[in-house]
Amino acid sequence: MAAELPRPSSAGRTRARHLTGLAARYLLLTVLAIIVIFPLYITIVNSLLTPGQIAARPPKFFPLHPQWDTYSRAWDVGHMSRYLVNSAIVTAFITVGQVVTATLAAYAFAFLEFPFKRTLFVVFLATLMVPFEVTIITNLTTVTSLGWYDSYQGLAVPFLATGFGAFLLRQAFLQVPRDLQDAAELDGYGHWRFMLRVAVPLARPAMAALSVFAFLGAWNQYLWPLLVTKDDRYRTVQIGLKQLRATSIDQVNVTFAGVMIAALPLVILLLFFQKQLVRGLTAGAVKG
Amino acid sequence: MSTIDGGATLGETRSSAVVGVEEPKRPPRSRRRMREIGLAYLLLLPSLVIFGVFIFYPFLRNFYLGFYRTPPFPGLPMRYVGFDQYRDVLTSTDFLDSVKTTVLFMIMTVPAGIALGLGLAVLAHQRLKGIGVYRTIFSSTVATSVAVASVIFGTLFNPVVGLLPWLGVNPRPPILDNPQWALPAVALVTIWQTLGLTFILMSSGLQAIPDEIHEAARVDGAGAGTRFWKITIPLLSPTIFFAVVIGGIFAFQTFGQIDLLTQGGPLKKTNVLTYFVYRTLRTENNDGKAAVLAVALFTITMTLTLVQMRFLERRVHYGR
Amino acid sequence: MGRVVLDHVTKKFDEVVAVDDLSLEIEDREFLVLLGPSGCGKSTALRVIAGLEDPTSGTVTIGDRVVNDVEPKDRDIAMVFQSYALYPHMSVRKNIEFPLRTRHVEPADRQIAVNEAAVALGLVGLLNRKPAQLSGGQRQRVALARAIVRRPAVFLMDEPLSNLDAQLRIQTRAELIELQRNLQTTVVYVTHDQVEAMTMGHRIAIMNDGVLQQVGPPQSVYERPANLFVARFIGNPPMNTMEGRVVDREGVRAVEFEGGCLPLDPAHAAAAEASGAKSLVVGVRPEHLAFSDDGALHAVITVVESLGHERHLICRLTDGQMIIVRQGSDVPRPAEGTAVRLAADPMHLHVFDAVTERRIDPR
Ligand SMILES: Nc1ncnc2c1ncn2[C@@H]1O[C@H](COP(=O)(O)OP(=O)(O)O)[C@@H](O)[C@H]1O
Ligand SMILES: [Mg+2]
Repeated sequence: MAAELPRPSSAGRTRARHLTGLAARYLLLTVLAIIVIFPLYITIVNSLLTPGQIAARPPKFFPLHPQWDTYSRAWDVGHMSRYLVNSAIVTAFITVGQVVTATLAAYAFAFLEFPFKRTLFVVFLATLMVPFEVTIITNLTTVTSLGWYDSYQGLAVPFLATGFGAFLLRQAFLQVPRDLQDAAELDGYGHWRFMLRVAVPLARPAMAALSVFAFLGAWNQYLWPLLVTKDDRYRTVQIGLKQLRATSIDQVNVTFAGVMIAALPLVILLLFFQKQLVRGLTAGAVKG
Repeated sequence: MSTIDGGATLGETRSSAVVGVEEPKRPPRSRRRMREIGLAYLLLLPSLVIFGVFIFYPFLRNFYLGFYRTPPFPGLPMRYVGFDQYRDVLTSTDFLDSVKTTVLFMIMTVPAGIALGLGLAVLAHQRLKGIGVYRTIFSSTVATSVAVASVIFGTLFNPVVGLLPWLGVNPRPPILDNPQWALPAVALVTIWQTLGLTFILMSSGLQAIPDEIHEAARVDGAGAGTRFWKITIPLLSPTIFFAVVIGGIFAFQTFGQIDLLTQGGPLKKTNVLTYFVYRTLRTENNDGKAAVLAVALFTITMTLTLVQMRFLERRVHYGR
Repeated sequence: MGRVVLDHVTKKFDEVVAVDDLSLEIEDREFLVLLGPSGCGKSTALRVIAGLEDPTSGTVTIGDRVVNDVEPKDRDIAMVFQSYALYPHMSVRKNIEFPLRTRHVEPADRQIAVNEAAVALGLVGLLNRKPAQLSGGQRQRVALARAIVRRPAVFLMDEPLSNLDAQLRIQTRAELIELQRNLQTTVVYVTHDQVEAMTMGHRIAIMNDGVLQQVGPPQSVYERPANLFVARFIGNPPMNTMEGRVVDREGVRAVEFEGGCLPLDPAHAAAAEASGAKSLVVGVRPEHLAFSDDGALHAVITVVESLGHERHLICRLTDGQMIIVRQGSDVPRPAEGTAVRLAADPMHLHVFDAVTERRIDPR
């Protein structure tokens, strides 16, 4: 009558089955996590080893004597500090610019009536259809003839407006309750005051999402900065990385340190703004 | 404040609320209406200028540039050749190979990337202690740029100091110089670099499906497989569709990985369209040919997107 | 076959004890209502029965087998969720059919079963619609149809009416009672609405903070609440309760409190004494209070609420405590501000130990 065991064993069986299932799930998750994170992990490790140690076989998976000076070399000799500052300036310029122009445009589309509104809205959406890669030929000519080759303007100005951002903020503005518009009108608010005091604060989540989105896009740019800069003084960090790798072929550790320096600002940003990022990234998908 | 704006107040858009109100201080309706229109155009102006100069003008000018052959030496005039240049470029082996490479690259990256992102998202969508740590790790690659990812993997692939050769993956010639393996290697880098993004996208899609739906299916007798194929996948189809379309567009814009890892080689086996445009512009200084390639790039992307919308979107369930 | 037994079931979520040592027997073909305030663990208890949560300890028996190790799909149950949990990408027909498909029922049999369920719930014209094209009430019916189509031994329903508007709720309430009678299945029905509990349940089981407070037929729970919590939770307007101690008033035992004094009948007084309770709570339902020239309670009417068929008089005792009197609307409406004396029907006094909060029955 072994099958007719009393209750406690049944509970015990559940527990045992439960625990094995749990262990299996954690094991699978952990293995996958290690695979995904490995390239980043080994970058950190290698940035703290000497070139000799990096080339050693079997490889070292832990820096017993971390060589912190690789970071200072990447920072100074490798000009990473300069590139980082350039990226920060260009990115800030683009992010602020996009948020401002998108806010203005979105306000017009959400709260104002004017001729050709639909047509102009379609024009905004049409910009999403043209990949930037398609415009580089003439943009390079334009920027050069404006005297903006090797300059912050050249890096930033073409990106100061965004159809996606205007669309995102328009949707957010449309959520502003009609009652608030009525109340603001009774209080004698003009459009500018309503925009700054009511619409913009209420659309803060969308604004944050757009900011993170713009930041990410600007920071990660590669093709355009490669095209319009030759001078180290204006190189951004992504292109700087290419430069660093070329100049420190015999010092892989310095290249790895440079990689970490280039990645760190985003890591920090994303740690703090994960929610906004997710919202920004999924804004497009949520729309049916 | 600008003169156009003046004292325009919010009411104009819904005139009915305002019409009856007698208020002497207000400017007459028609003038307020003009002000509103003026304000609207003022607000749109900055965006429209940027779009005009840096998107629409260069985009349209491509078509025009394609009609002119760029002289071999700077300083000579451009020569009008009609459709000749279009025909020459678009029928050249280089172009056809490049398109083939790009499509191949898309096929290597998009389905695999989405399957991996979806798989990880499903795994991480469980009520487990410490699952937040795994979610953070799976989304971690959003913090990497194409350049960061390429430099990391470029070194991992390196025949001397790289770990891949040490693991026994050591084809000859080395992987990035190997006509057979270079493109898959670049695809691998791309999948890894976009994995975080795909994971986040799929995860938030999963989170939008109420738990109760899965529970109802469990009670209704559906096993894990049935639940995945009959409930999760259909309900996630808008997200998957979005990822496919965006993934396709991204694939056609691939550039940084190629520039940093293979420069289009070996034997032009990784010469994707965007890189081809760049090389034509930069190395050959051939604006005319580059413009034709850009027109092609645009047309293909556009067609691809429309085709996907036409054929895939039908199978997407939007809950309505 | 539709008997459900919970034996010392406890469910913990980390530190939160959602269900605390719950033992409950639900008879075959019984309509049992699990009632309690929100967060008291009703849903968790139901989900443990369904197998959607594993109990931390204790056993669940359905029919005559212990189902702790049995998957939800094999427990011979069906569940109706608060949000209905319809599959949004499937038509009404596909939704109802789903539980049969997963069990590989023959298409012809499926067809018959779906049609029967659709007829029973008035969904015949809607079979090809998607859930998004239905009204709230129609969705609710689809959820029910999906549950009955398989003829399970036990129905589990988690607040199935809470998303309907008031009119529809009353109508559906009656229909559910009828449905259960026709199908002859066991129903475990979770709600926080005491009217639903009173009108629908053969028995109600009242929970608070994860702990079962009382089980019994609605009328007996109303008439003899086992403790203060049940006394205050069941009944609308709620029972008036006053805390005080037993004193001797002219040879009569009475409970004296700040705002007045209520005489006890001898049997009650004896029981209270025997229980050894230091301090008592007396409760009296609003319908058991009446105006009386020699009433023991002095009060002032502060608000008169007319409900049409009856009135609620909100009064204040001398110490400011609020007390509610229910009055038919056939007597003249008293003026607000009137000073009155109230008498409580001694046969309908409820007495509780103020410390243990347990009911003390007259001997
Ligand atoms: N999955 C869960 N994780 C942690 N706590 C939970 C979970 N489900 C329920 N609880 C907690 O258990 C208690 C009882 O919840 P529930 O059974 O949903 O109550 P009810 O249905 O009576 O409103 C609540 O305190 C709730 O916060
Ligand atoms: Mg609940």
